[in-house]
Amino acid sequence: MPHSITPDSTPADDSSRTISQVDTIKSEPDTQTQDISMADAPSPAEADETKVNLEDLFDDEDSDQEFASSAPQFKSEEEASQPAPIKITSKSTFSDPDIMRAFYQRLFPFRYLFQWLNHSATPSNDFAHREFAFTLPNDAYLRYQSFPTADLLRKQCVQQIPSRFEIGPVYSTNPRDRKSLRKASTFRPLTKELVFDIDMTDYDDIRTCCTGASICHKCWAFITMAIKVIDVALRDDFGFKHILWVYSGRRGAHAWVCDKRAREMDDAKRRAVAGYLELLKGGDQGGKKVNVRRPLHPHLDRSLNILKEHFQTSILLEQDPWAEEKCEHLLNLLPDATLKAALQKKWDSSPSRPSASKWSDIDTLAKSALSTSKASKELLEAKQDIVLEYTYPRLDAEVSKKLNHLLKSPFVIHPGTGRVCVPIDPRKVEEFDPLGVPTVTQLLNEIDEWEGEEVKKGEKKMQDWEKTSLKPYVDFFRVFVAGLVKEEKKTGIKREREEGGDPMELF
Amino acid sequence: MNRHDYSRVDAKRRANISHNKKQFAKAEFQQQKYDYRLNYYDVPPTAEITLEEFETWAINRLKVLSELEACSFRNRSPEETAEYMTSILNKHLPLRSNSSRSQSLQEERKKDHYSHFILRLAFSSTEDLRRRFSRLETMLFRLRFKSDDLKERKDFVNTLNLEWEEVGDEEKAEFRKDLAAAGNIKKEDDQEWFKVDWERVPELVEQRRVFLKRGKAYVPQREQLSLVVAEYTKRLDEALELTSRAIPRLDEDDRLAPILAHLSQSFTAPDAAYTSSDASIDGLSTITAGAIDSLASNFPLCMQNLHSTLRANSHLKHYGRLQYTLFLKGIGLSLEECIIFWRRSFKLMTDDKFQKEYKYNIRHSYGDVGGDSNRRGRGYTPYSCQKILTEPLPGPGQMHGCPYRTFTQDNLITMLQRTGINDRDLLKTVKEDVTKQRYHVACNRVFEHAHKREIKKVKDDGTWGANDLDTIVHPNTYFKRSWLLKHLGDGNVGVVGGGTGPGDRMEE
Repeated sequence: MPHSITPDSTPADDSSRTISQVDTIKSEPDTQTQDISMADAPSPAEADETKVNLEDLFDDEDSDQEFASSAPQFKSEEEASQPAPIKITSKSTFSDPDIMRAFYQRLFPFRYLFQWLNHSATPSNDFAHREFAFTLPNDAYLRYQSFPTADLLRKQCVQQIPSRFEIGPVYSTNPRDRKSLRKASTFRPLTKELVFDIDMTDYDDIRTCCTGASICHKCWAFITMAIKVIDVALRDDFGFKHILWVYSGRRGAHAWVCDKRAREMDDAKRRAVAGYLELLKGGDQGGKKVNVRRPLHPHLDRSLNILKEHFQTSILLEQDPWAEEKCEHLLNLLPDATLKAALQKKWDSSPSRPSASKWSDIDTLAKSALSTSKASKELLEAKQDIVLEYTYPRLDAEVSKKLNHLLKSPFVIHPGTGRVCVPIDPRKVEEFDPLGVPTVTQLLNEIDEWEGEEVKKGEKKMQDWEKTSLKPYVDFFRVFVAGLVKEEKKTGIKREREEGGDPMELF
Repeated sequence: MNRHDYSRVDAKRRANISHNKKQFAKAEFQQQKYDYRLNYYDVPPTAEITLEEFETWAINRLKVLSELEACSFRNRSPEETAEYMTSILNKHLPLRSNSSRSQSLQEERKKDHYSHFILRLAFSSTEDLRRRFSRLETMLFRLRFKSDDLKERKDFVNTLNLEWEEVGDEEKAEFRKDLAAAGNIKKEDDQEWFKVDWERVPELVEQRRVFLKRGKAYVPQREQLSLVVAEYTKRLDEALELTSRAIPRLDEDDRLAPILAHLSQSFTAPDAAYTSSDASIDGLSTITAGAIDSLASNFPLCMQNLHSTLRANSHLKHYGRLQYTLFLKGIGLSLEECIIFWRRSFKLMTDDKFQKEYKYNIRHSYGDVGGDSNRRGRGYTPYSCQKILTEPLPGPGQMHGCPYRTFTQDNLITMLQRTGINDRDLLKTVKEDVTKQRYHVACNRVFEHAHKREIKKVKDDGTWGANDLDTIVHPNTYFKRSWLLKHLGDGNVGVVGGGTGPGDRMEE
């Protein structure tokens, strides 16, 4: 397969280069323990390193625009107000190696990540044969990493301070051994969570509030709608129970369906689920993007009911998609020439009418323009299609169709924004605020603050993440993982016996 | 689920006579009796046949499969395919129903059975061949299943033991509305429904043609076809996988092996419509990045579309880039020139971003980097029309695919007019073709129109045979033929028309 594995994010040129870069990284940690000397270090090697770091702030898609929006505000506020106790100085940013190292050392919930992927407490091949792919600070991309335990994963993260890492499938053998196998065909992907990727770029032709990498609350509504629709379909229709939604750190969301049944699906079944959920077809020249038969499939019917109210507020009021000349697109989607002509005339005379009024104009004018019941039925259907075109989730379906597609891990830092990729509770999806998600610098500050205040009272040693605003997210993740592990134990007794011993005996 | 494993040979059938007595022993299972016209091919043949039969039966089946593949190439609808295939099937692989009371029933079925297994041997060696074989055999099975006598079909299905749960009246009442909506059933009549795990009917799920509830798919009776077919494909795929593992142990080299090798080779031929000879065009000097703009007028519509989008936006999304890069590779653009071409085209992008995010993919397409097999195979082959037509449709912002398929009719006509096609009648027939989903016929029609004079000339001169003017099924063939026709007068060495850069070298 050509580019089944995150095609646009494989910047590493070839393996030899990658390896040499790894070496330089490995030799680094010693020099960096001397606090913050990085940025103005005179040594050419280090200066070079910093330069790369600065650049990768810009190269991640269109992150330059991101800088204009939300992230820097946090930075400047926090860092100005903080006298910078240990590691955080006015100069440090979230991609500073020290910051990232502190994050992996003190905050990243490796333990739960391990349990999540391992599906039990004792290390098994579910975790050990799982592929991880690291993006190093110099943008080298290291694939086929694997770790027997959570501690070893943590160790390598602290050593190499990846700007992010991705999670791939569980393979039939240890990914690190793949080159030493006698037959290449014995190395193949076996299982992976069914994943979904919703990204705001796919909404660019209909969102009016922001463009490119930036988001605001208005356009986050698209993601909220998408999560609602997809989540209920996966649960009610496909019967999946363990669905983890994760904020992608900037302007999208990922879903990880972790049920055993979902993990074991082959590509054909993944394609089937993606096809079932995918609705919008056709590129920019394709015209009408929604073409569904009537009566609506129960899934679409339910989705339409969910999306209807959002359409009124999030689309008509907030996005105002048909302002001025843009109403041409709306006209193209409507049937019946006389109705169209009447609407055109009306809107030409008052081009500044808001979209909500234009939407209701359709019905008002239809009363006189349409005579037959067939025509009004067609109009109703066209209007439903329009609602769907503007609200129905736009999935990056290729991600879901392939067993061996890698996806960014939860809880890593988005390199462009510094925000943690936290889980989203689908039951409270409306309350989720992407701009309120803590950034890594903010979290490290919170730890420092906490220790300042309450370090004496502490009897039991607290985990660092418990002292920060990351706590509710980790707690949510922990409960999610516990539910998954419990279910696995119920169904997987046979497998555990084969692997020798019940893991729960340890407790 | 303790389903019987069909792929194992049961104990009684294993060779249990010592090998030196074997030739005198009487074969235990010499004749199989075929009760039904349809066959799931669970049991391999055991009787002896002659080498000649071995070869001719296989070739006959192969002919049928190639014709089937050609039908899907040409986007024939299921009805058209069925009609077209009837005569071919009757000629090469007749298979009559029980009701026909023909004398040769058993003989026909035996041939069908044996030829299937021979081809399995021939096509299990690589993943590619297996997938193609399984796809075509599935098409054939579906075709026969549809044309089968209703009663016999029912009996046949009953023998399969497919474990379907019938939906009770209570549940039917509860979900009446949902069931009807999902199954697209107009009348509120008493339909029968089966309940199965949705994984068993992925294609129905994908097209949203069944009602799903908590992981179960409610399949209407008339969709039985796809259940049976899905099961057939599943078993065939498993069996092929097993065969491929057993093949190396086939202790045989001089009688069957050459026949099998020959069969699989001739099967490969029709798909590889693109050969490297398409890249070398007599008289076309070495193509440089700068020459693409002028050559674009000889491109098929799909590539012209990508090219003009690229020029307009200074960008193309991933699948568009892939499709276009491979095409350019196919017309003979070298890797170095190709990188220059993309670098210049993405003129709004920093060098750094280009190097990091785009260059690798271009090199990968050329097989310059990547895994061992990618490099050895020198990257991917340029996409054929079939590949382009069967890919997923482009999403918002994407431009890949075949415009005849992905554009609305109005946009398509505008696009054609922009390329200089204004003939009313032609546009009308193109529209008709597109409505009937004969995208590839439409494209050929446009080609013939655009090269009307030249084609007439070469036909009159007799310089080009019928082979040279065969239907185009590959964008690179389109380009090659178009370029040659437009440069007829130039003799065998020509300069690319329009503005070629001074850096152009002539090829000897």
